[in-house]
Amino acid sequence: MTVLLKRPATRRSVLRGMLGGASVGVALPFLDVFLNESGTALADTGAPIPVRFGTWYWGLGHTPGHAIAPKTKTGPGITFLEECKSLKPYEQHLNYFGGFNMPLDGRSNYTHFTGWVASRTGSAPSSNSDIPAPTLDLLVADQIAGNTRFRTIDCTSVGIPRENYSARSTNNRAAAEASAERLYARVFGGEFADPNKGEFTPDPKVMVRKSVLSAVREDSKALEKKLGAADRARLDEYFTSIRQLENQLDLQLKKPEPNAACTLPERPRKEGDEQHIKAGLEVDTVVENHRIMAKLMAMAVACNQTRIFNMVFSDNFSHLRRPGQTYTHHLLTHEETWDKELGYQPVAFWFNCRQMDAFATFIETFKSIPEGAGTLLDNVLIFAATETNYARVHSIDGVPVFTAGHAGGRIKTGLHVVGNGDPITRVGLTAMQIMGLSLDTWGTRSLQTSKTISEIVA
Amino acid sequence: MSIRPLHSLLVAGVALLALAACGSAPPPTAGADPTVRLLTEPQYRQIIADVFGSQIVVGGTFDPMVRTNGLLAVGASQAHVTPAGLEQFDRMARAIAAQVVAADNRDVLVPCRPARAESADEACARAFFGQAGRLLYRHPLSAEELRVPVAVAGEAADRLGSFYDGLAAGLAGMLVSPSFLFVIESTEPDPAAPGKVRLDAFSKAQRLSFFLWGSTPDDALLAAAEKGELHERDGLEAQVERMVASPRLESGMRMFFNDMLAFEDLARLEKDSLIYPAFSAAVAADAREQTLRTIVDQVITHRGDYRDLFTTRKTFISGPLGRIYRVPVARPDAGFMPYEFPEDDPRAGLITQVSFAALYSHPGRSSPTLRGRAIRELLLCQKVPDPPGNVDFSLFNDPNAPQRTARDRLTAHATQAACSGCHKLTDPIGLGMENLDGAGQLRTDESGAPIDAAGNLDGIDFKDVAGLGRAMRENPAAPACVVDRLYAYGTARAPLKSEKALLEYFTGEFADSGYRVPELLREIATSDALFAVKAPAVQSAAVVQPAPGDPS
Repeated sequence: MTVLLKRPATRRSVLRGMLGGASVGVALPFLDVFLNESGTALADTGAPIPVRFGTWYWGLGHTPGHAIAPKTKTGPGITFLEECKSLKPYEQHLNYFGGFNMPLDGRSNYTHFTGWVASRTGSAPSSNSDIPAPTLDLLVADQIAGNTRFRTIDCTSVGIPRENYSARSTNNRAAAEASAERLYARVFGGEFADPNKGEFTPDPKVMVRKSVLSAVREDSKALEKKLGAADRARLDEYFTSIRQLENQLDLQLKKPEPNAACTLPERPRKEGDEQHIKAGLEVDTVVENHRIMAKLMAMAVACNQTRIFNMVFSDNFSHLRRPGQTYTHHLLTHEETWDKELGYQPVAFWFNCRQMDAFATFIETFKSIPEGAGTLLDNVLIFAATETNYARVHSIDGVPVFTAGHAGGRIKTGLHVVGNGDPITRVGLTAMQIMGLSLDTWGTRSLQTSKTISEIVA
Repeated sequence: MSIRPLHSLLVAGVALLALAACGSAPPPTAGADPTVRLLTEPQYRQIIADVFGSQIVVGGTFDPMVRTNGLLAVGASQAHVTPAGLEQFDRMARAIAAQVVAADNRDVLVPCRPARAESADEACARAFFGQAGRLLYRHPLSAEELRVPVAVAGEAADRLGSFYDGLAAGLAGMLVSPSFLFVIESTEPDPAAPGKVRLDAFSKAQRLSFFLWGSTPDDALLAAAEKGELHERDGLEAQVERMVASPRLESGMRMFFNDMLAFEDLARLEKDSLIYPAFSAAVAADAREQTLRTIVDQVITHRGDYRDLFTTRKTFISGPLGRIYRVPVARPDAGFMPYEFPEDDPRAGLITQVSFAALYSHPGRSSPTLRGRAIRELLLCQKVPDPPGNVDFSLFNDPNAPQRTARDRLTAHATQAACSGCHKLTDPIGLGMENLDGAGQLRTDESGAPIDAAGNLDGIDFKDVAGLGRAMRENPAAPACVVDRLYAYGTARAPLKSEKALLEYFTGEFADSGYRVPELLREIATSDALFAVKAPAVQSAAVVQPAPGDPS
């Protein structure tokens, strides 16, 4: 090998030291007896079950007239049409928001981009890569991410890490986990401390890692003096990331609280294993990867590894495809014949149906995990949105949004909320307020709003 | 939407270039702020390979960067480190450090042996970090910079009972330090221009090494910086001469062209296996390698004319590529072999290679629009406007209609005023590539209808894709584009509007050299412009607030 760093030397064997570290034996099986009578708080600590926040993203919107029947007034009851029929069993766990607009004040509608940026940041982008403000999940994370291993867990089932619609700014966007195996390894691999395991042994290597990071942070402070304002902000962000990692290590050094909702999920099949699902954009592959990743993500939430989770089922241009077909989902929305009898583009519609099926799977995954007296779905709020109303013509007014989950009882559900042309930001503002943010106003220019959707606030 | 009269602009540009080239020195530039750039994924990987050897495996996921002025390397100057991104860097750092001190590598990579392998050895740790740190931080370590990893390694060695585990801990710390992850530039008062600043010598060394090698400065370059030689013309020219002659130039230019062509997406390019059964992940990987080899062979190894990249029939081929190109490969398992497409073969030039043709297509079909846009934006540095947000595409693009070829379908766009302006920029070029299907395979018809690949690029007619390549070769925007991109790559920022004359000067010099890329690199690397900076506005520490949600 040719290396810049080397020395001529002879080989020799060196005995490696054995790891030290004391084993702390703590046998505390977690039983429901540890909950209070209402099942909403831990009896021993009195701490309430945390409310967590997540987003679910699908590309290319709905088929208008075939997804949700429109209403003229906000009220209970959502009429699920063919495209959304798989959501019907979850009506009492959902809200649907229709008729909200996305005023751009003369800015361009950057196709398949403006829609998600505006609904998640409250501001219209000024270019096809501009993310002008933090997405709402990160604003919620700043409030509640606190004492968990991961500030957020971001996943995509399309296998492309950059397809993550959570970002603090244009140049401050994490890669999404794009592989179920990697997600498992990151969350439930060797560094995971099973809260319901009796034995807990602090790992001396974790102690070493923590001291390494502390030293790096201290040593690097001098750099700040050399930098201009913008670059100092970037260095501050770096330090925040270092502290988050230190926080993560702190948690790994403590015996986690017993947690009945947390069970170690099944390890996904590895490459080379039978039934291994490769990453890819064939719709069956995406659906299966989404199913597996949703389970891991939900269990990561139940196991208190994170309080913020983001799932991208399909990308904003939805490159989903069926084997042997030359047209992707996105191309179909623009180029497939509109069937006069059916009233829609049949194959594009088929893809839209698969997406709503996947959303139902996501909801069911959270509903299937018992937590407290109910399920995990009772203690989460999921903001599910897309970037267009009708992809065929790139329309963004009337873009559909759902919420799922009960946010610990803070949100009313089963409602169809009629926007009457109000800015879409009302949904995000209300969701953040439900998550406990002291936020009176959100958004900029005509997207700015201070109008809470009071009908859904419990 | 009106159509930009590209050809007339280009003709005017050529006249300006000719005038600019008459001068003997580059026009001055005030420069911009010094940069703080996050290492890109290829740079990170190259540094680890250069410092510790290519046997060190680098795993993990890097946060996405935003392509700016056509390059991720420019977007790196604005990139942040997210919490998830740092977690990945930490994971990579520990894995790299463990490999460096592993029994198979330590005798080569650690310059000393500890007195006892089971405990700390400050002297040996100091020797290791002194050497490694100089290369990783790209300057000699200060006493404090050296003290920290030595102390960390000592504490860790005592706790873990292993000198080498301690060393790994200290090294992992270095690899997550901002001094490694960010290429931070520093300024100092310029003695030749009172009241102004210049990049300090190590910052100049960094600009040179990332520009030419895509990696960290080597020992000789750092030594030249230490001696102040990079501030002197003779010293600078000697280093540039050495660097341009170095084998590392090849990896540096591979990295540059990979970025310029946006080839990072080839790694996960997916094609429908029923429609294109010959395409696979191995084909995609080899297609990228083929194009990068073609480029390096033409412009570096043979110091050929850059413009010939658009017409050359000389390339390299591998077993997997033989199947998709449908050419016999004598030894399919022997890796890449030189290959020359025959004179009567439509394939000539980069855009006819599988990499470019397949990358700028859909999974199950070609895309004249994506291809035309890629040629305009990536190879000619011309901006194609984004599509309007309110067009009903189905009006003119119906798979059940009699329009069987892409040309038929796209011609229908001309009926929509909102579309025709941009499509006239992209489609006449992209349609010239229609004899290459969505996987880059040759074809003569689409859906049974013969393909008409004739078109026009900025005033030059062509009748097939080879002709399109010839038109690109003669287009003055092509060499001007690589000048723009190389200058941006070297300075890690978009060229300033005030630097128009400077770019024209470089383009003129490039032309005078016969469009030899090494000459262009030498010209830019020895220019004052590459290092020109303004004094940065520095804030006092007291006003910097922690980021929201800082858990500390």
